Amino acid sequence: MTETSDRPLVEISGLCKWYNDFSALYDINMNVARGEKVVICGPSGSGKSTLIRCINQLEEHQKGTLFVDGKEVRPGMKGIEQIRRDVGMVFQSFNLFPHMTVLDNLVLGPVRNRGMSRTKARELAMGYLEKVRIAEQAAKYPPQLSGGQQQRVAIARALCMQPKIMLFDEPTSALDPEMIAGVLDVMESLARDGMTMIVVTHEMGFARRVADRVVFMDEGEIVEVATPEEFFTTPKTDRAAQFLSQLLAH
Amino acid sequence: MTRRTPPPAAPRRRLTAVDWMLFLLVAAALGYVVWRVNAVLVYNWEWHRVLRFVVRIDAETGQWVANLLLQGLFTTIRLAFWGTILAAIIGLIMGYWRTCDSLALRIISRTYVELIRNIPPLIFIFIFYFFIASQAFPALGLNNINTSSPWVDNAFFRFAFGDPRLFSNFLTGLICLALFEAAYITEIVRAGIQSIKKGQWEAGRAIGLSRFNLLRDIIFPQAVRKILPPLAGQFITLIKDSAIISLISVQELTFLATEVAASTTKVFETWILVGAMYFVLCYFFAFVFARLEIRAGRSHHR
Repeated sequence: MTETSDRPLVEISGLCKWYNDFSALYDINMNVARGEKVVICGPSGSGKSTLIRCINQLEEHQKGTLFVDGKEVRPGMKGIEQIRRDVGMVFQSFNLFPHMTVLDNLVLGPVRNRGMSRTKARELAMGYLEKVRIAEQAAKYPPQLSGGQQQRVAIARALCMQPKIMLFDEPTSALDPEMIAGVLDVMESLARDGMTMIVVTHEMGFARRVADRVVFMDEGEIVEVATPEEFFTTPKTDRAAQFLSQLLAH
Repeated sequence: MTRRTPPPAAPRRRLTAVDWMLFLLVAAALGYVVWRVNAVLVYNWEWHRVLRFVVRIDAETGQWVANLLLQGLFTTIRLAFWGTILAAIIGLIMGYWRTCDSLALRIISRTYVELIRNIPPLIFIFIFYFFIASQAFPALGLNNINTSSPWVDNAFFRFAFGDPRLFSNFLTGLICLALFEAAYITEIVRAGIQSIKKGQWEAGRAIGLSRFNLLRDIIFPQAVRKILPPLAGQFITLIKDSAIISLISVQELTFLATEVAASTTKVFETWILVGAMYFVLCYFFAFVFARLEIRAGRSHHR
């Protein structure tokens, strides 16, 4: 294989981002190896979402370097679509396209970005819908589905691009409690299949079962990186300890 | 009472005695006005003199042919049809520019909208007609198109644009009307695009859609569904506003009606008839748009 396969899938160094004068991310250094599962947690406004949104350039960073699969990602670059096809993303609020059927939601990306034929894309899409156990809803429109079902469709839509890495931005935060398990199940089976994942979540059970590393962020900086076991039992920093106690308090 | 008890009957929408009383009152009031006008004016209604200007019998062939008023209505329909298409295209582009990141595009579209919205239509039409059309059209060679060329002298051209000799005049009026209405459509389109949630843009970008595909597949289809009602209203306004074009001698319904009213002196009949023609035309378009709206809504929810 080429040398790129030895490199981490995501390499972030010295990454900074500001909103006007507000420093949203400061000097982020982080690598994610192929097949690795990283959970990012931290208080709201700590920059977790901003960080993963920089990886597929939904947010533009202003300093530092970012490589995805050996290719440098620069703000405003041409051909960002080629990077994005390798980076799947799942949003807190699903963001399915309400005017298209579930199947068409999945087919759109492969047809438009990868130039796949519609027939072939449909086959692929049905495969992923079965994987997220929702194939029988293929002909429905997203607003007809429950939140949990919509989020599973959103995961299938991202997978349909056959990405090398999946980013999850608080995928269960907008869900009713009884819907969360179904979505986490799908994510865990994805993890077992060896997908590289970066997950912003407060689901500690999920983090313990799936994560190779937990990254704790606060005020736009990475404060602590540890295995889930270490992080949840013996956090090294006061800020992490305080965050965990608040999380457990309710 | 159990859960199985049927729900109470919904109140039916029926006209009550009070409603009928109200209708009677309105009818009586109208009747009184008509009676008074008749008594005071001693107006001699001569509908046949005006109706002759709708259709007439051709002296040579002995067949019914469209006379001035019907020809005017056809020109108005042509103006409405092409005007709607042209205004929709301009409005779509300008409306999109209003939402662009590029400052230059936003300045251009904003200036266009503000310029037209803050000048009375009449003044805009005069400016356009006397300073632009009379200068630019000769420069482009549009003033004296070759009326005998096969491109122009054919049945389709006559059907779509009317008399080739009046084409440059028709085109002036058409562009004028479209530019004017498109400014309002621009604002409707802008509002439609801005009503689409940020998440839709982000989801589209995240699956690697190009900007063009994102607009075509995600943003415009949703925006158009939302703006269909105000858009329909604007297109109907376009038909009604087309009457202003009569001031620059485009021979549409209002222009020809003015001539008929002047030559017959049958002012009431002419304008009541022309009003009815506009009403039928506009109501037909309103009906078509209402159907479209139902169809567009069908695929969305449910």
